[in-house]
Amino acid sequence: MMDIAWYLVLSAFIFCIGVAGVLTRRSPLVILICLELMLNAGNLALVAFSKMTGNGDGQIFALIVMIVAAAEVVVGLGVIVAMFRNRLPMDVDQMDELHG
Amino acid sequence: MTATAFGWLVLAFPLAGSITIALGFRQWRGRTAGWIGSGAIGLAFASSIGALIALQSRSPSQRALTSSLWNYIATEGVNVKLGILVDPLAVFMCLVVSGVSFLIHVYSVAYMDSDRGYSRYFSYLNFFVFSMLLLVLAGNFFLLIVGWAFVGFASYALISFWYRRRTAVRAGIKAFVINVVGDVGLVIAAILIQRDTGALDFPAVFARAGSVWHHNEWVIVAICLLILVGAFAKSAQIPLHTWLPDAMEGPTPVSALIHAATMVTAGVYLIARTHPLFELAPTAADISAAIGALTLFFAGTVALVVTDLKRVIAYSTISQIGYMVMGVSIAAYSAGMFHLMTHAFFKALMFMAAGSVIAAMAGTQDMDRMSGMRRAMPFTSVAFVAAALALAAFPGTSGYFSKDDILAFAAERGSGYWILYVVGTVGALMTAIYAFRMIFRVFAGEPNEEARELEHGHLAHAEPVNPLTGEPEDTDVGFPGPEHHIAEREAAMRAPMTLLAVLSIVAGVIQIPHVTDVVTDFLAPTFADSRFADVEPSVGLSVLTLALGALMSLSGIAIAYLVWVRRPGTSAQLVARFRRTHDFLIHKWYFDEAYDLLVVRPMTRLGQAASRTFERVVIDGVSQGAAMVVRAGNSLVRVAQSGIVRYYALALMTGVTALALYFLIAAK
Amino acid sequence: MESVVFFVAALLAIGGALGVVIQRNPFYSVLSLVVHLIALAVLFLLLSAEFIAAAQVIVYAGAVMVLYVFVVAYVGGLEDPLIEPSPVLRVVAPLFAVALGVELSFAILGSGLKGIDGKGAHVAAGFGSPARIGELFLTKFLISFEVVSLLLLIAAVAAVVLARRSKSPEPDRRLAADRPS
Repeated sequence: MMDIAWYLVLSAFIFCIGVAGVLTRRSPLVILICLELMLNAGNLALVAFSKMTGNGDGQIFALIVMIVAAAEVVVGLGVIVAMFRNRLPMDVDQMDELHG
Repeated sequence: MTATAFGWLVLAFPLAGSITIALGFRQWRGRTAGWIGSGAIGLAFASSIGALIALQSRSPSQRALTSSLWNYIATEGVNVKLGILVDPLAVFMCLVVSGVSFLIHVYSVAYMDSDRGYSRYFSYLNFFVFSMLLLVLAGNFFLLIVGWAFVGFASYALISFWYRRRTAVRAGIKAFVINVVGDVGLVIAAILIQRDTGALDFPAVFARAGSVWHHNEWVIVAICLLILVGAFAKSAQIPLHTWLPDAMEGPTPVSALIHAATMVTAGVYLIARTHPLFELAPTAADISAAIGALTLFFAGTVALVVTDLKRVIAYSTISQIGYMVMGVSIAAYSAGMFHLMTHAFFKALMFMAAGSVIAAMAGTQDMDRMSGMRRAMPFTSVAFVAAALALAAFPGTSGYFSKDDILAFAAERGSGYWILYVVGTVGALMTAIYAFRMIFRVFAGEPNEEARELEHGHLAHAEPVNPLTGEPEDTDVGFPGPEHHIAEREAAMRAPMTLLAVLSIVAGVIQIPHVTDVVTDFLAPTFADSRFADVEPSVGLSVLTLALGALMSLSGIAIAYLVWVRRPGTSAQLVARFRRTHDFLIHKWYFDEAYDLLVVRPMTRLGQAASRTFERVVIDGVSQGAAMVVRAGNSLVRVAQSGIVRYYALALMTGVTALALYFLIAAK
Repeated sequence: MESVVFFVAALLAIGGALGVVIQRNPFYSVLSLVVHLIALAVLFLLLSAEFIAAAQVIVYAGAVMVLYVFVVAYVGGLEDPLIEPSPVLRVVAPLFAVALGVELSFAILGSGLKGIDGKGAHVAAGFGSPARIGELFLTKFLISFEVVSLLLLIAAVAAVVLARRSKSPEPDRRLAADRPS
């Protein structure tokens, strides 16, 4: 059993990899996937803290995060499908009509 | 009820009338608005009589009552109330103002019928009467100035009553601008009075006047001169008189009320009211008397040559007010006020009769086109003759006694004041001449076209045109109504005219020198503090003046008869021989041209320069410059809103990283 | 023994994450994510969160990833173009990510949180069991439970609405430059 600190640092690393992915990729699909990475990193931290305190609350929190992530994926993929159907380019940089 | 309660009622009724008519101005049918207005003024007149009776029931030394509704300002050093002062002078003015106003309202009920702005007219007229009564009843300078300003506004509103007529609007603006000049003088005078005496209400100011200012000290002279600026602007004396002839653009009853009987007498009232100040500054009083005399001479000369019927009467008004100003400036207070009263009677009557004549002429005011109307309009001609007799101071009429009262007083004061006496007497001659010039030109001789039509019972009708410029008009809102009303056909016009005719002839009996002196006795409590309270013209001087006055009057009538009836070509010959004098007089001594050159054009150029340079460069520069700065800043910030989501995310991340770094460092 | 499992799982997790970010083909990204998720499930097991681990595998790796695979298949695995309009993001983003990672590590390690250095509290045998989770859900976290179920309902409705085929033929909403002329 490793120290809790290891899990937390791992979670931080995964989170940052996810950030880099969101900023770098242009396909909305891949961006959503990287978002999942970040959410999972958060889950890992939550469960680690739950183990640290001996409290089951962290696990419940992590479960709820998972549920929300699932719902978000549903909606996000629905949007992507709609984008594809309307023959919009699958490129986040070209969806720039909300500008000043 | 107490006199002050009556005083408040006098103010309340016209105001209520004005508001009532204004609120329901779409509802009133036919002549309703007219009767409401007349009723309101009638009630005001009844309240004035109530105030008179209440006042006279007190002993003479207790006839100056004040009453205030609330305090405007009550601080250290400044104490201004909404207060009225009811004393003999105020009640005298109230009676004259409300009485003559009532008669003119009744006249207007018929005269203004068929005008689309009927209700508006009576609302304005009631408001004017309210303002004038407020001015007269005011118990402090503050409220006096309020009433002063209201009267100026009412005058403007009524002069430009037919607001679609360009000439009327211009005349209204001219009147208002000159009035504002007077207002400024009055306000500055009030400021100086407040500064020196620490009070604005009349009893306090007059009580402290003697101890605050020395005799003929420059401060008090300046104050009196500033008061004179205000008085002359309102009363149309030189040099602020140019608005009054142009004010004839308003409806004839307006000319009768405002520019003959009431508003223009406000200046005279003001000088009489502030007489303690003028008696402390004899220099100012003498200047006032001199200007009064100059004005009466000037106006008399111009009235001899102008051909517009209403303008002759206007210059006659200026001239007669010159007499009144002269009178109150030389401390002939009751004489001046008496002349104010009689003048109100016969001048209002004269305007009413002129209105009837103009209606018969289908709107023309040019005397060159009038002649021989006596058979067609018997009542009007008798009324006009009655007014002219009183104006010309025919022996026995009211004008005779009042005018000569002033001149006799001037003679009694002696030394330099004999000049005023001479000027006044010459003026009386001129007055008689131009008064009967009007009579003979309009009523004598062969009937003209309109008169002949009228004799056959048919009122002349013409296309509506502007009487001054001849431009065609229509008869909708903002222009005179299509129908004309003459006195012979309207009882509502005949009744007031009859009453005024009787008063013009008979009212003189109340102030026959050394026989009756109702006015002097009545006004005595107000002027008891005057140095000249006991001065009375000696019997010899009175007789001399009366005789001379009769002589002037009769000679004037005779001259007029000769020139315009007996030898018809004489006036044309005189014009040809004295062409340059005639031109000078016809151009009103070139006052208007001088003002245009000295004042109007420089101000217009200043305004244009200001608009072109100052406004466009500085003000627009500042406001638009500020807008441009904001817009520039905006375009800088807009760069961040590219619409590309990833940049937003990057910005977010940058922020988070930076914050985390900060907290890390802070915690360490 | 535990350390070995931990390190293997950790390496797999990081490798999967890097694979997601670096791979051009979205299909390969999805597969990398699946690997990452399984590794995470193992880590959960190590942390005595059995139910969570099971849910992760079934829900996440099972249902959500299948969804992703379907959509990738439908949309077509269009590869990201290599040439970026502006290389700023390609350079700056990883830098910031590294910076953030370093900061977070410092924060965690230097935070002095109690118990971070230890192996965690001593937990009973049924710590992460379904019974325990269920008990918590229905007592302490009842309201969250209800709200979350509502959320799922909304998501389901949203999915139907978003993916619905409209009656009329869809107008060509491509950018003008992309339409066939």
